[in-house]
Amino acid sequence: MKEMHARLRHRHAMGELESRRPDLAFVSVSKDSLRPLLADLRDREGFTHLVLLTAVDWIEDNQFQLTYLLHDRAAPRDLGVRVMLDRDNPVMDSVHDLWPTAATYQRELREMFGIDFPDSPRLDEEFILEGWTDKPPYRRDFDTLEYAEKTFTHRPGRETHDPATYMKQKLYPDGA
Amino acid sequence: MREELRKRTVTAPDGQTFEIEPLKDYFCEAQPQVQRPAYAKIVEDLFNWARSESLWILGFGTGCGAIEMRPLMTPRYDAYRFGIQWRPTPRQSNLFVISGYLSVKTLKRVIRSYEQMQGPKYVVGLGSCTINGGMYWDSYNTIKQLADYLPVDVYIAGCMPRPEALLAGFEELKRIIRAGKGEGANRYAENFEWYKANQKRVIQDWDMPDYNW
Repeated sequence: MKEMHARLRHRHAMGELESRRPDLAFVSVSKDSLRPLLADLRDREGFTHLVLLTAVDWIEDNQFQLTYLLHDRAAPRDLGVRVMLDRDNPVMDSVHDLWPTAATYQRELREMFGIDFPDSPRLDEEFILEGWTDKPPYRRDFDTLEYAEKTFTHRPGRETHDPATYMKQKLYPDGA
Repeated sequence: MREELRKRTVTAPDGQTFEIEPLKDYFCEAQPQVQRPAYAKIVEDLFNWARSESLWILGFGTGCGAIEMRPLMTPRYDAYRFGIQWRPTPRQSNLFVISGYLSVKTLKRVIRSYEQMQGPKYVVGLGSCTINGGMYWDSYNTIKQLADYLPVDVYIAGCMPRPEALLAGFEELKRIIRAGKGEGANRYAENFEWYKANQKRVIQDWDMPDYNW
């Protein structure tokens, strides 16, 4: 893993290798150098499988983090490639031509986080949600409780209890 | 509105063109009707007894609760001895068991399936999720209260209720039907506007007729 990182560093602008296990590491790259790096990893280093593409909402830093997790079956080893995106304008290049499965992940990220991947196939079709009009629900500034209270109604006469005090009262009624 | 439901002009193989409006042409626009009881009470009682003894469940699992149906079907709990069986299509069934949490997306299919069932029909809400949202109380995509959208006859509380609880619930439903109080389909027809308003409030992309079957 370390040798590979040293080798790739000559060709691509990338951050330090964060090793998690002997067979798992993460590396951060800039938005523009991601595509050539992924192509290189796939074609020369044996990372033929895109395990997943997922996002994290770092709302405090006003950034989205994309993680492309790649797997090398022959070694076997995994490498996560991280990219930070501006939260106000989350646009990323599509990698569906490198791995066709990426198109599905990109559809999901578009719907759940509102991250745009221009030219990705079927991007504008609904993925899981139907007729969603609010802001993307996986963004951390989407308040799911508030939305649920606004949209769905409670059963009349419903009481709520704090579980800790309620069970204490039930189990030890004399306050022992 | 989905493409295939839009009004459009079609050219037939012989060159003839005609307009089709799927919502009007393919589906019935008539609203559900209230079904009056039979002419004599003793006859209606006989009907109700017969209905209570043949509860046919639609094989439609909405949530994790559907897993409780398997032990019910198989010899250990054997619901068939109570006259309960599972049917593959809404046309053949008269009992809809909403088994657990119900997402808005599933609710749409549930409404379609429920409306396709022939009256008199009954709805059983299984699990806490159908009563007040259960563990999905703060979910953006799961309804809290089933009775807002469909007329529910019996709730079976629990997370999950055991198959024994389900059998008890079905027995309770039988008592309700025999007492002539299993009027869910009629309540749905009487308060049709109210149910539709509730359904449309959560289903943002309503792309089907109001009552289609």
